[in-house]
Amino acid sequence: MRLPPYAELLGLAVDPEDEAMLIMPFGDAVLGRPGFLHGGAISGLMEVAAIVALRHALADEGGGRIKPINVTVDFMRGGRDKPTYGKGIVTRLGTRVANVEASAWQDDPARPIAAARMNYLIARHD
Amino acid sequence: MSLLSSLPELEKYLRDGGSGHGRRLGLRYLENGPDWVELALPYSPDQIGDPESGVIASGPILSMMDMATSLSVWLKLGGFRSHATLDLRVDYLRPATPGKTVIGRGECYRITRSIAFVRGQAHDGNPEDPLAHVAGTFMALEGYQ
Repeated sequence: MRLPPYAELLGLAVDPEDEAMLIMPFGDAVLGRPGFLHGGAISGLMEVAAIVALRHALADEGGGRIKPINVTVDFMRGGRDKPTYGKGIVTRLGTRVANVEASAWQDDPARPIAAARMNYLIARHD
Repeated sequence: MSLLSSLPELEKYLRDGGSGHGRRLGLRYLENGPDWVELALPYSPDQIGDPESGVIASGPILSMMDMATSLSVWLKLGGFRSHATLDLRVDYLRPATPGKTVIGRGECYRITRSIAFVRGQAHDGNPEDPLAHVAGTFMALEGYQ
């Protein structure tokens, strides 16, 4: 799956062992206050991860176009100078709307630095 | 009222904020009032989220609104405090128009001992036709008051 230009701006790469997992390296482009990730960059990682998960789920059903309706982000811990992982989970794929959850973590998936909930509008190809 | 002259501490922040993710996105300060700030996000092809339409991703808009609302808290306080975003919700009312600068206005409408409540809107030329609406909270680890 090809990632959009915005994913490249964030430096995102797909995990070679898990095509649904994204990795965001620490660097100046995603830096907030000195030494910490910018909350917007963490959110960006989770939004791209959510869309990747949704595209995978949609591909099994013939594909479609995706439009974001909203996102709610909880910031739980500061993002430090190390790689950040992001993954989305489609909790419901309806005919017109999908509910997706995403989280971002660094050392341990059970200790996320942020979590998000998104709603997407879907225009199916058919 | 200029942001820089009204809050000298913020000058340093804006210089620092002029680095990192904010600089990568090309964010610029536009204007401010006693409890609000407007920032600008110029259109850039490397922020595209949907290559078919050329519409930028939602992430850069969220980043701008996070920064605008954070700055609005310091303006309402009249000084810098170390704080972190607790949560942020963004409603994407419509796609941003490809080629147009997105303008984000963040406002702080309430500050308690440890929590600041913020809201904001983004548009791309006509404030009456917003493209995003946000609501969120910030928390100061050592308190706001």
